Amino acid sequence: MTVTVSGVVQIVLYFAVVLALTKPLGAYMQMVFEGRGRFAGRVFSPVERIIYRVFFVDDTAEMDWKRYAFSLLIFSALSMFAVYAILRAQGHLPLNPQGFPGASPHLAFNTAASFTTNTNWQSYAGESTMSYLSQMLALTVQNFLSAAVGIVVVIVLIRGFVRRTTTDLGNFWVDLTRAILWVLLPMSLVLALILVSQGVIQNFHGYTQLTTLEGAKQVLAMGPAASQVAIKQLGTNGGGFFNANSATPFENPTPFSNFIEAAAILLIPAGLTYTFGKMVGDTRQGWAIFAAMSVLFLAGAFFTYGAEQAGNPTLARLGVDQSYHTGQQASAGGNLEGKEVRFGIADSSIWAVATTDASNGSVNSMLDSYTPLGGLIPLFNMELGEVVFGGVGSGLYGMLVFAIISVFIAGLMIGRTPEYLGKKIGPKEMKLAAIYFLITSSMMLLLTAVAVSVRQGRAGPLNAGAHGFTEILYAFSSAAGNNGSAFAGLNANTSFYDTSLGISMLVARFLPIVAILALAGSLARKKKVPETAATLPTNSALFVGFLVGVVIIVGGLTFFPALALGPIAEHFLVHAGVLS
Amino acid sequence: MLRNTYRDLRTAVIAFVAFSVLLGLAYPYAITGVAQVVFHRQANGSLITRGGQAVGSALVGQNFSAPQYFHPRPSAAGADGYDATASGGSNLGPSSKALATRVAESVARVRQEDGLAPGAKVPVDAVTASGSGLDPHISPAYAALQVARVARARSVAPGEVQRLVGQYTDGSTFGVLGEPRVNVLELNLALDRAFGAAP
Repeated sequence: MTVTVSGVVQIVLYFAVVLALTKPLGAYMQMVFEGRGRFAGRVFSPVERIIYRVFFVDDTAEMDWKRYAFSLLIFSALSMFAVYAILRAQGHLPLNPQGFPGASPHLAFNTAASFTTNTNWQSYAGESTMSYLSQMLALTVQNFLSAAVGIVVVIVLIRGFVRRTTTDLGNFWVDLTRAILWVLLPMSLVLALILVSQGVIQNFHGYTQLTTLEGAKQVLAMGPAASQVAIKQLGTNGGGFFNANSATPFENPTPFSNFIEAAAILLIPAGLTYTFGKMVGDTRQGWAIFAAMSVLFLAGAFFTYGAEQAGNPTLARLGVDQSYHTGQQASAGGNLEGKEVRFGIADSSIWAVATTDASNGSVNSMLDSYTPLGGLIPLFNMELGEVVFGGVGSGLYGMLVFAIISVFIAGLMIGRTPEYLGKKIGPKEMKLAAIYFLITSSMMLLLTAVAVSVRQGRAGPLNAGAHGFTEILYAFSSAAGNNGSAFAGLNANTSFYDTSLGISMLVARFLPIVAILALAGSLARKKKVPETAATLPTNSALFVGFLVGVVIIVGGLTFFPALALGPIAEHFLVHAGVLS
Repeated sequence: MLRNTYRDLRTAVIAFVAFSVLLGLAYPYAITGVAQVVFHRQANGSLITRGGQAVGSALVGQNFSAPQYFHPRPSAAGADGYDATASGGSNLGPSSKALATRVAESVARVRQEDGLAPGAKVPVDAVTASGSGLDPHISPAYAALQVARVARARSVAPGEVQRLVGQYTDGSTFGVLGEPRVNVLELNLALDRAFGAAP
């Protein structure tokens, strides 16, 4: 483990910016979804009225959880079919200056599943596969819609805690419209233009051919990248415009563009913790969740950063200088394979940890080349269920499930009926919480087991040995975690991986969502129990510590054996000088 | 119940089409319109021209192997490296034999090109491939290592080359963000301007 002052300062600065924006953005989102004050009435309502008329929506008619789930599911199914159709038909559609043909059925299925589930796993290389129309009309659209779906689900869960003896949980179409129009779109407009100012491209030209100084031909891939990169970061999507994602200079050209792209990853998930606190009428409840997430984020960021800055022992033996230098002979040092000089180790590590804490599959450095321990944290983050800030909406509802499990365990310890935010946690709630956690973790582990057992699965990894196993485990953790980040050496564009990963994304996205909506429905029907002296306070430092412990223990017990076979084994092998 | 189902289906179709037009067409076209006017150079790839011809992008690395030019990092993009239509890293893991072999070769090549003693330490960016394969930068340490070779190939004093390296070195942004770096293409163009293109 090695740390430098510059690295520590960058991690702290990054966290400080996210912290500073949590309250204003969270308060704003609360106003968008619930608070119909003067501003919302004057600015939002007139626009919304027109839209609801066109949509045939009665915005005063609320839905029970089943109708809400039905609307959400048919909307997502429609999205998936549309993406599939556009990708298949790409060759016959306009805005395709490079003349790319339609995608294969398994790639189109995988990509459609990937983008409608907010996963953004990419089995393809953008600049050699996707036309500009596909990038915009299929993928950019889903970047918005899948993010909005995540946000509205957590809003419904919060309503479940707030409301009493009712089946009304809000109107899906109203919530969806508000998430897109007043949260995601305005933020994307601003971010996209900032990114263009830094050098992220935004055009419809064919690829630019030029002759280099040494007389070689170079072709620069072009396209409307900035508009997609903005929402890919804000919506915890992560699907890159180019193959190398935010490592590519045209997607992330400067340390400044990198900083705001990285901040954009956690902005909305962090803000939602404040929205939650405000909606339940006690902002300290929101800050408690935020604090638990922060502990896990900072621990992960410093751990990965320390491991990466220490470098790769194999390279040290070959005479490579991996130490950090400043001044005239400055050098970022560390394990720089797969990382960009302009970002160095700290900015790469912050990104790797933030994206996997959230469900943002983007990368600004190649995780496959991380040191075993440096790469373990991103993997473990996804396996914990991406509850550290997490995906937009999905991170918070995941963490609230952990909060329910925590009060249940605490209740067992002190012999009281568990309650959270004034709602009794009964057998039904616990069953739904358990289902929620088991679906994703079983998809991750069982499908990894299947993949290493069959020939088509074993053909995937680029690297041999323990690292090859990690590549497979990472892929299924990423897909079932709806993350999308990859140990990219795995050759996943095969019918086996496209299909199995696609199915795991769909199952691990929509079954948990239905469980969360059912949980919200069950909670909303309950009465509020009055707080007594014996009520376990869930806005205290003690509860924060307890929650962090539950997250780590549940995740650790589930995944430690698999991690031992992958990154932990590889760590000892590398240090013993055993290569494969 | 059935009435609601029909209504929600109808709304789903209308909402999907409307949001697709708004987010998939209007939004990217609006950004393109503003970007092309306000940030014309950046939106089109930050191209660098010489004698009216585009010779590269300020943001995208390209191959250099001639001794009178500063060399970039190894690249895993495309078959020959720096293929800007095939961005990507090597994806070799830390325990990979292939990685160790490749790095050992690169270390030997750098030591030989730049006349280092056998066993001399080589900066890590000189022998590792970047994530994009298009990294336009090298570290000031790797640039310093190449000054003597470039000066010799151009028959100029090392101090003059070192001065240009200093000019084309960027520190951390705002003194905090990112790492110090040297833009290889811009530096090589400056060398050509200062000392002639073909020595």
